[in-house]
Amino acid sequence: MAPKPGSFSTSIPYEEKKLKIVGTEPADRPDAVDKVTGRARYAADYNLPGQLIGKVLRSPHAHARVLSIDTAAAEAVPGVKAVVTRDDFPDMAVEHAASGELMINFKDVTRNMMAREKVFYDGHPVAAVAAVSESAAKKALKLIKVEYEVLPHVIDVEAAMQSDAPILHEDQFTKGVDPTPEKPSNIATRIESKLGDIEAGFDQADLVIEREFRTKPVHQGYIEPQASIANYTDGGQVEVWTSTQGHFVFRAQIAKLLQLDMSKITVTAAELGGGFGGKNNVYLEPLAVVLSRKSRRPVKMVMTRDEVFRATGPTSGTHTKVKIGVTKDGRITAGQAELNYQSGAFAGSSVPMAAITVFTRYDIENVLVVGHDVTCNRPKVAAYRAPGAPMIAFGVESVLDELAEGVGMDPVSFRLKNAAREGTQTHYGPKLGPIGFVETLESAQAHPHMQEKLGPNQGRGVATGFWFTLGKETSATLNVGEDGTVNVIMGTVDVTGGGRSALAMVVAEELGIPTEKVRVKSGDTTALGFNFMTAGSRGTAAGSMATVKASRDAIQKACEVAARIWEVETEEVVWEDGHARPASTNVGDFEPLSLADLARRAGALGGTIAGHAELDVAMGGPGFGTHIVDVEVDRQTGAVKVLRYTLVQDAGKAVYPKFIEGQFQGGAVQGIGMALNEEYIYSEKGTLENPGFLDYRVPVASDVPFINTEIVEVPNPMHPYGIRGIGEVPIIPPIAALSNAIYHATGVRLRDHPLSPPKVLAALDEAAPAIAAE
Amino acid sequence: MKKVHISTTINGDEVDFLCEPTQTLLDVLRDELHMTGTKEGCGTGDCGACSVTLDGTLVCSCLVLGAEVGDKSIETIEGMAQGEELHPLQQKFIDHVALQCGICTPGLLVASKKLLERNPDPSEEEIRYWLAGNLCRCTGYQKIVEAVADAAQEMRSA
Repeated sequence: MAPKPGSFSTSIPYEEKKLKIVGTEPADRPDAVDKVTGRARYAADYNLPGQLIGKVLRSPHAHARVLSIDTAAAEAVPGVKAVVTRDDFPDMAVEHAASGELMINFKDVTRNMMAREKVFYDGHPVAAVAAVSESAAKKALKLIKVEYEVLPHVIDVEAAMQSDAPILHEDQFTKGVDPTPEKPSNIATRIESKLGDIEAGFDQADLVIEREFRTKPVHQGYIEPQASIANYTDGGQVEVWTSTQGHFVFRAQIAKLLQLDMSKITVTAAELGGGFGGKNNVYLEPLAVVLSRKSRRPVKMVMTRDEVFRATGPTSGTHTKVKIGVTKDGRITAGQAELNYQSGAFAGSSVPMAAITVFTRYDIENVLVVGHDVTCNRPKVAAYRAPGAPMIAFGVESVLDELAEGVGMDPVSFRLKNAAREGTQTHYGPKLGPIGFVETLESAQAHPHMQEKLGPNQGRGVATGFWFTLGKETSATLNVGEDGTVNVIMGTVDVTGGGRSALAMVVAEELGIPTEKVRVKSGDTTALGFNFMTAGSRGTAAGSMATVKASRDAIQKACEVAARIWEVETEEVVWEDGHARPASTNVGDFEPLSLADLARRAGALGGTIAGHAELDVAMGGPGFGTHIVDVEVDRQTGAVKVLRYTLVQDAGKAVYPKFIEGQFQGGAVQGIGMALNEEYIYSEKGTLENPGFLDYRVPVASDVPFINTEIVEVPNPMHPYGIRGIGEVPIIPPIAALSNAIYHATGVRLRDHPLSPPKVLAALDEAAPAIAAE
Repeated sequence: MKKVHISTTINGDEVDFLCEPTQTLLDVLRDELHMTGTKEGCGTGDCGACSVTLDGTLVCSCLVLGAEVGDKSIETIEGMAQGEELHPLQQKFIDHVALQCGICTPGLLVASKKLLERNPDPSEEEIRYWLAGNLCRCTGYQKIVEAVADAAQEMRSA
């Protein structure tokens, strides 16, 4: 289900002009000082008078029917004020909604936050308790008696697709297949995307390579566990402070799940301790609200790291097949892919988004992409930075590397020869507008990194990535204070910490005032119209569209005030360099009036100067990137050391370049972690064996090198400043780039993720006789 | 559960608190003393977000019991700035954009401060290995390493 641009969505054409503030470094960052002194307030840092501590009882089984739940003994524990189970939540009918880049179904959301008929994974909530202390709450959890009928389970995606696999949902019949099957299946949906004639395309090819790839689920790994505090007042108002990427979406979900009026719910997004797509979904919030309603006390709930791993996120584990054909002279004639993606306990993986990205970097006339969304006994997957794209890029970019070698071309030239450009027809629908992909490849080719000498057991890999820039509902309000300083209320969550600065810079640019005179903060859900969550790299791209509109609205009002002072028509006033000026000498000889001058006098001349925007921002301005990595493979241990890494990406227009570098570096390192170390490991019983940072090993400082970054700027034609989303592309190429580098270091291709020492060693051992024979 | 009474020193202030025998120093700081600058990322000593010093030793406060910190000297992120003046590390973290979401930042600052006390002129590799116990998921560590090196240089020339 690809998002379709709405007929009433807003875009503002690119305006070519010299910028004074956008593209520089801001004088300050409004969030930074409080973060370095420890005073920034994250969700777990909030406390309310009289609050209780809420804890969740979770399933120890991968798949079981819940026969009965007896909470009597738990309720009798001194200090326990409320216990909730499935009986405390209304059942929901099938109803789909967008939540970040993935789709949700309320029938499933209510079952995911609190199991009803069955538990579907190790860690699935079955009850929750609120008590005066954590120790009382934990004691109560132990006394809840749950009677389970344990059922056969299935963890692996390929196993789950077999016709004799244990079925999670007896009412799930594969959609997208005609006729709809009569037998239930773990394959929730089949999707297909086609362009040209795939068979004819392969017939034109001189070399066709087909390979299979497998990736394990990985977790977003944000350092802040989910935390929420809810207060259901005696007057029926609901207040929630939580760790979220989209408080308006959370309000809508809480309202739906608990059948409350939205107007009675206020959700405040606390400072966010990392999300990466993993904080697009409600988990604790509805439980905390109902515990608060039942106990008539505020309830605070904070997940442990074990709970985060077992019950939130992760991304899909995948099985993919990629087949690509080229002519002798290196022209790709056909591309075919099958994407089998785990969605976890409930349907709705990133496979529709991943399917969009498969070949969308290359100009290929004949394409067939088939995707399957597959339920299995793992936590329901969540978005993770370019959800689904890194796994299929692993397949496509690995096969391209083989093909380049096969036709005797270097990897960059081969990609350049086939690169998508403005006007290229994508396989999923639209033709591409002006994009910067070729520029990233050319910049990579010319980079000094390419000239670095490689030693024994060292190799260089190249891979590319594409992700779109989501638009969607975005609101902003701008209030000019009587002293001419400006407050901006934004409705998107600043997930990176640089978003507030970026928006302040855009507003300062528009108004012509210094950035430090603009303060941007996130408003709660009563402050603005609906905002979609910060997902799809839209935070700054869509957020700035709303702040530009709101700024121009305020400028219009400031010009009205000037016109009243000068007793001329508003159309005779223009805004330049932070001042209202007469549009021409014919208007009169008036001294320019600054925003501060106007703001001081506005009250008596029509009212405060303010600006608003409530938009549905059009989707557009996709981002492309090219990565180069050098590795050294230790043949004794299978360990892969990253020697140097270079990332080139089109940002459209870099608002705050130093921060964008940080996003690039952070995304690349997450990708390196995903490639080399990270994986979910399940026991035979279907329980997660590594739910902690000791055994689920994310990269540490000593694991990674410096990441060279280069920003390319090809303006997004649908944005006044040319801004593109930049957050997600950096995580897409690393698995493929590293796998390609390992091949060039060792002669061995790895198609089974992660590229961890045991896997690398096994592959080297397996290949040793063959390589020796050559 | 019966609580124990502890007297200790935190950031130079004499502090008394009551805690359950099972509560960690991290729980005490955050829940009993409302010093929420020290963060919990894992509760198992793997992420370093709860780093503090205990009698000068860098520890994960989630691995120390509140009941065992009587008559010690504890330093937390709240004691790092001197009034309005940020510690050079705090300023360099801001200047280098060494923080994004910021949840790991207090722990990284406490750990970095300890590093520079022991080694005022650390190499890039020494910084990376010293900070290997502090996870950051946003920055890819580069700007953190640069900020620490820059702060070290400034502190040496001060």
